[in-house]
Amino acid sequence: MSVTPLIAYAHVGKSFDGGRVVAVDDVSLEVTQGEFVAIVGGSGSGKTTLLRLANRLIEADRGRIAIEGEDVSQLDPILLRRRIGYVFQSGGLFPHLSVTGNIGITPRLLGWPQAEIAARIDELLDLVQLDRAQYRDRLPHELSGGQRQRVGVARALAAKPRIVLMDEPFGALDPLTRDALGDDYRRLHRSLGLTTIMITHDMTEALLLADRVAVMRAGRLLALGTPAELSAGTDAYVGELLRTPRRQAERLGALLPRDGAA
Amino acid sequence: MNLGTDPRWSEALGHLGDYLGSHVRVSVAALALGLAVSLPLAIIARNRPLLRGALLGLASVVQTVPGLALLALFYPLLLALAALTAAWFGVSFSAFGFLPAVLALALYSMLPVLRNTITGLSGVDPAVLEAAQGVGMTPRQSLTMIELPLALPVMMAGIRTAAVWVIGTATLSTPIGQTSLGNYIFAGLQTQNWVFVLFGCIAAAVLALVVDQLLALIENGLRTRSRLRTALGGLGIAALIAATLVPSLGRSQSRYVVGAKTFTEQYVLSALLAQRLQAAGLSATTRAGLGSSVIFDALTAGDIDVYVDYSGTLWANQFHRTDIRPRAELLGELKTTLAQQNITLLGELGFENAYALVMPRRRADQLGIRSIADLASRAPTMSIAGDYEFFSRPEWAGIQKAYALSFRAQRQMQPDFMYAAVASGEVEVIAGYTSDGLIAKYDLVVLEDNRHAIPPYDAIVLLSPKRKDDETLKAALQPLLGKIGIADMREANLRASGNDASSSPDAVARWLWEKIGGR
Repeated sequence: MSVTPLIAYAHVGKSFDGGRVVAVDDVSLEVTQGEFVAIVGGSGSGKTTLLRLANRLIEADRGRIAIEGEDVSQLDPILLRRRIGYVFQSGGLFPHLSVTGNIGITPRLLGWPQAEIAARIDELLDLVQLDRAQYRDRLPHELSGGQRQRVGVARALAAKPRIVLMDEPFGALDPLTRDALGDDYRRLHRSLGLTTIMITHDMTEALLLADRVAVMRAGRLLALGTPAELSAGTDAYVGELLRTPRRQAERLGALLPRDGAA
Repeated sequence: MNLGTDPRWSEALGHLGDYLGSHVRVSVAALALGLAVSLPLAIIARNRPLLRGALLGLASVVQTVPGLALLALFYPLLLALAALTAAWFGVSFSAFGFLPAVLALALYSMLPVLRNTITGLSGVDPAVLEAAQGVGMTPRQSLTMIELPLALPVMMAGIRTAAVWVIGTATLSTPIGQTSLGNYIFAGLQTQNWVFVLFGCIAAAVLALVVDQLLALIENGLRTRSRLRTALGGLGIAALIAATLVPSLGRSQSRYVVGAKTFTEQYVLSALLAQRLQAAGLSATTRAGLGSSVIFDALTAGDIDVYVDYSGTLWANQFHRTDIRPRAELLGELKTTLAQQNITLLGELGFENAYALVMPRRRADQLGIRSIADLASRAPTMSIAGDYEFFSRPEWAGIQKAYALSFRAQRQMQPDFMYAAVASGEVEVIAGYTSDGLIAKYDLVVLEDNRHAIPPYDAIVLLSPKRKDDETLKAALQPLLGKIGIADMREANLRASGNDASSSPDAVARWLWEKIGGR
């Protein structure tokens, strides 16, 4: 069965400072329709650059990137970005716009009718589980970190994209909020039939949320596979990254009663 | 003196509509022009460090030029430009008053607007800019929807600073012929009418505060997205502009403008001339506090219709003559020369206001000094004070040359202060004016000019080219010609330098009219 991948990187490279800093080095990665891929790596591994190449927030030096089968270098970057949802680290909300203004921004740029935008905002507030009446008119600084990120997710989904890119979306949140938000997003991903690439430095989060996990180091794609496939791999760095969640799981398993009646 | 009931308050209040209106118009025009230039420049420059540095540097340099000097510079600049456009395109414009004031003040307003706009825009969180790009905004959309709104508070702070500066500095546009609240201050300073000075300062301060608060209201409204506040602030500004425009719309266009230079006598004489025109049923207004060279150009250009000048001043400064002729000969030649420029020398008022070296009578007697020649040997140990222009005037060079004079020190002073300075011994000699009432008041003596180094300075009435056939105007002024003697003028000047209600130029002009037998 030959299915066109929704996002396809082929031998992509990117360097900065006139070639002195190689951020992404010959990476090939295909993400199919409906898939949730997490890219894991430390700082400076090139994961953020790789993500931004997809909607041309950064331009690739080498290789080819295709979105829904179209070579991104041939597309208008503005229009490309409007059809891809993007969730920024700690929200990236516009501080002077209300929740409504933030969520409705891309539909507004696309010229949707007012009524349609308003209806879409209500729908999205329900989806991300924020009370319409209570939150609609709030400014970002009047929200908690978790609420801001819910608005960030709603904004990314506003123009009904098929693809969502997430840049360490839950990194700055406390563990409980982060857990709840991750689960909620995973549900949205499935129910809306989205295709998601999420960047994280947290292997546990990647394993729990993603269908497949890609591991990056020094600009290169070190490993790619389902949690089980990764676990079976032999790469030392990947093994090191997997050690922490594994040990945590074992300790928690020993500490907590198995029937969950705590 | 009771401050509250002093009639000068009500006199000051009578001018408020005119002065405040002109002040607001010139300030608003300057600010609008400044913003129209600075805002786009700041936006273009925000991502170009070189251009940004150059612009801010230039604006800072402009800021270091004193406001008065900047205003004064624009006058000759525009005069030259007007001459060029007249030669090339056959269209000329007035380099007097409004235009140079607006240009200089607009330039003055640029620094705070440029600096705050650039600072505000570069202070926007890069993560927010990235988000703007990420949701699919074009650079222009990012600017208008995100960057400008976020930079707005800082930008508005700059605009408010600029507004306050412009309103304050606009008081200095009086000497280049732009009526403003500065007219109170300049007139008050010249005639020692402290009520006027105080009134002008307070009016300018109140105007600046009101505009600042209205802008603050707009800023607050924009930031909190309160349409009500934004609208109230905007309405306030609009109402202010409208209120100052209304009275000027109803004004007749054919009014006569009487010019006056920057000293007491000129204020009195311009008031006298204006009163005569009004008595003849003509609508007349005065434009006082004009610089000595500005006023002649203003007459030539028709920006003012009539003023009193002095024969020797025109002879030396305007026509650059260094030879000194007997009075009648000089007047005759002046009349011919002026006529070539279509300017009418209507006639002499009857007194002379010559420059003269003046010192305390007692000191002169002690030293046995009666003439300038006697002074020459003592001069190296003495200091001399003169008005702001005297030491750069050709007469001074002439006196120095004729008597080989060389003083220990030269000081420039506000004319009304230098008499007190010489009386108190702060300086030994001053270059005073023969018609000044303070000569008698302080018991000073005018040193004789035996070698005729100082030309005659008959007070003469000049009419602008467009009034050269205006018989009504000439008839209205005719009764003044040859009627004002030196004693009357001295007393009038002394009265005008007093500090009470009867010392306003208008009151003194009425007194002088009665004194010379007018009805």
